[in-house]
Amino acid sequence: MSGARSEARKLATEQLRRGNAWRLYEVVLWIAAVAAIFLLPSKMLLLTEVAITALFALSLDLVLGYAGIVSLGHAAFFGLGAYAAGLFAKYAVAEPVTGLFAAAAVSGLAGFGASFLVLRGSDLTRLMTTLGIALMLAELANQMAWMTGGADGLSGVTIGPILGVFEFDLWGRTGYVYSLAALFILTFVARHLVNSSFGLSLRAIKANSMRAAMVAIPARNRIIVIYTIAAAYAGIAGALLTHTTSFVSPDVLAFHRSADVLLVLVIGGVGYLYGGIIGAVIFTVLRDWLSVSTPQYWMFWIGLILIAIVLVGRERIARWHTFLPASLQLGIKRFATWRPGVKLKESR
Amino acid sequence: MTVALETRNLVKRFGGFTATNDVSLTVESGARHALIGPNGAGKTTLINLLTGVLKPTSGQVIVDGEDITGLSSHRRVRRGIARTFQINQLFAGFTPLESVLLAINERDGLGRSAWRPLAAHLDATDEAVDLLERFGLSGVMGEKTGRLAYGKQRLLEIALAFASRPRVLLLDEPAAGVAEEERSEVLAIVRSLPAEVTVVLIEHDMDLVFSFADRISVLVSGAVMVEGTVGEIAADPRVKAVYLGEDGT
Amino acid sequence: MLTILFDGIAYGMLLFILACGLTITLGLMNFINLAHGAFAMAGGYITVVLMNSYGVSFYWCLLIAFLAVALAGLVLERLLYRHLYSKPHLDQVLFSVGLVFMSIAGAYYFMGGQQQMIQLPQELSGRFELHGVGIGRYRLFIILVCILLTIALQLLLTKTRFGSQLRAAVDDGRVARGLGINVSMVFALTFAVGSGLAGLGGAMGTEILGLDPNFPLKFMIYFLIVVTVGGTSSITGPFLAALLLGVADVAGKYYVPQIGAFVIYGVMVAVLLLRPHGLFSREGGR
Repeated sequence: MSGARSEARKLATEQLRRGNAWRLYEVVLWIAAVAAIFLLPSKMLLLTEVAITALFALSLDLVLGYAGIVSLGHAAFFGLGAYAAGLFAKYAVAEPVTGLFAAAAVSGLAGFGASFLVLRGSDLTRLMTTLGIALMLAELANQMAWMTGGADGLSGVTIGPILGVFEFDLWGRTGYVYSLAALFILTFVARHLVNSSFGLSLRAIKANSMRAAMVAIPARNRIIVIYTIAAAYAGIAGALLTHTTSFVSPDVLAFHRSADVLLVLVIGGVGYLYGGIIGAVIFTVLRDWLSVSTPQYWMFWIGLILIAIVLVGRERIARWHTFLPASLQLGIKRFATWRPGVKLKESR
Repeated sequence: MTVALETRNLVKRFGGFTATNDVSLTVESGARHALIGPNGAGKTTLINLLTGVLKPTSGQVIVDGEDITGLSSHRRVRRGIARTFQINQLFAGFTPLESVLLAINERDGLGRSAWRPLAAHLDATDEAVDLLERFGLSGVMGEKTGRLAYGKQRLLEIALAFASRPRVLLLDEPAAGVAEEERSEVLAIVRSLPAEVTVVLIEHDMDLVFSFADRISVLVSGAVMVEGTVGEIAADPRVKAVYLGEDGT
Repeated sequence: MLTILFDGIAYGMLLFILACGLTITLGLMNFINLAHGAFAMAGGYITVVLMNSYGVSFYWCLLIAFLAVALAGLVLERLLYRHLYSKPHLDQVLFSVGLVFMSIAGAYYFMGGQQQMIQLPQELSGRFELHGVGIGRYRLFIILVCILLTIALQLLLTKTRFGSQLRAAVDDGRVARGLGINVSMVFALTFAVGSGLAGLGGAMGTEILGLDPNFPLKFMIYFLIVVTVGGTSSITGPFLAALLLGVADVAGKYYVPQIGAFVIYGVMVAVLLLRPHGLFSREGGR
């Protein structure tokens, strides 16, 4: 029997490995992102914005896509990180990477505290507490103008060279490389997180929390951990914004930031880690294209897109490729699921 | 013989309605104890009280001599009591392999491992494979749970509870809703559960009850009407009245 | 100080009328409708346009605001909302935020971004003294109207057939359907009435709360506070919550203007921490 058994074991290990393997689209994405440094030198600022939005959306994916928490106040951590980085650079150390750690610590701590609130109550209560916390922080930032600059924002922030070596340049190239590097490293870490036993338990909590409890998963603790990590990620995204713009605008804590990042993630797809990145690209391109006149028209289109997404159905959108002709479908499927070591014709 | 599971004067009230009325059960280690009674008698409520889904109005739940009444559900599973649900509660997007692996990981404290990929835990994977083999799920190991035949899902439901290596296993109508062809497989699995595991079974299928259980408790309107060995219960006229009077079949 | 209390009560009652539609929608259909504020805003703008451009009397405006917005609510419910009741909460949030964004953009486009002003009728302006307490006539009017509406609502719920159908549907939709209650019509009418009340509240609130395109976002949090703190299992819960909120907000802004709004949010978060299902609801209620 041991022959059959070891066969089964190999098959099992193979199946589990499949979840963690690098997909072709991932590789292509990162290569394209790096190539953009050389191929799109005039778009560095825009691409930096995409990278920062992507990281912010990734952090939301961790709580929404993997822990199932609907948050309308995620901007709280983004803004906290942005202000922390600004104040840190202004009054403590001007070196940005140190500032990233500082920002991560501050927003992570806030996330830790907030997670206890987020655990309680129904979906609506959670929505309220996340929203309430973000509004509180926005109000606080507004009132404590002596520290945050109030409605004028925090200025006078000079960012030193990265790691003491790489100066920020006028074209934004350093800024882009910096943000891209941060995004890559954090995505890499998130991949490990999500494909580990811890990640599996999170997905179980989201899929069926009652059953999860019945297999001894301490849901509370897991959610606290992931919420804290997600908050730290969001804080780093906010810090990146401060570092690349040398300014903290009070709208880092605005409600529309929380709504926007939710939209970004939903456009790209919730729960597979790359939805944030893909959504950020689409969203930024869309926004650039649509913001022809006043910001209010932009709001109209975003609203319409949101409604359309919901009415058409997110699952149907996720299966968009099934509406294409069969040959095209097959090609896309192969592209999406190919991983190293598998012949292109065989990938399932 | 040691007592694996015990309840003392367990009561559960919902406003004016008493769902569980002063239930005191004693189940010995290794026993096969069946819980029967008409619909609405409070059998599932009792299971919910035992597993921490509901908090009792008063009374205690004791597993292996330890009072677990105050513990949350997941802590109770760690203390050795696991259950299945009457209507499958599975992880729809997971494969049986992932589901069972999940339970094993949590049991062994691997749930906190946040860096190493799932495939790296070889022992856990091996155990998962063996468990799936035992439950006849090897062939569908890699399929999404939502796609499985109902009988296979039911087997997975039991496998999932079993993977936590419980001392006491509560089965809530394990064969419920399973098609005729698949029933025998489910029943065979139930019968083949190891002797060290204490099994409490809620069932309506009297054939299974009489062939599997050694003791039976009859629950009516939330209270234990009578308890005894299979022979005693089978002969008890009150039990017949409760069933035949209720169903009229 | 009693004036503050009086103002706070008026504010609170206004909030109640604005938010009670949301309470019922949430309790009945388990639908998180963040766009509720947009209906209120619509009522406000209808009033402004009718009064300023067409010279319609204030009282007629209130009635028209109620009816027009109720009708709009009915149409939207039948066309759009109905399909979303069974969708996950995330989708409902996305949808209602989308609706809010569109309505804000629409308001900017048609009405401009400035604060809207209306001229209150003579008999409602100004204040008088009663035992040393300054009573604003308009606020008194609001309190009276709101009390009447609350009584009417309570009577509707408890004494009419529709009311008992509504309560049955809230308690258990499936059973209600089984009893032959046309639950989907109950939903539609309830949504319409709730939206209409929001429109009425928006119309009445133009003078006190202000009216500009950001109204739905500005006040969304207040409505949500009323609903979460008050719970969804009764009318009295949100009523008391709204009163509390109104008084706290007015008092906070007067005595400690530095941190006024902060106090409200802080209190809300604290309440949710201690009683996640609201201050007044029975445990386990939605």
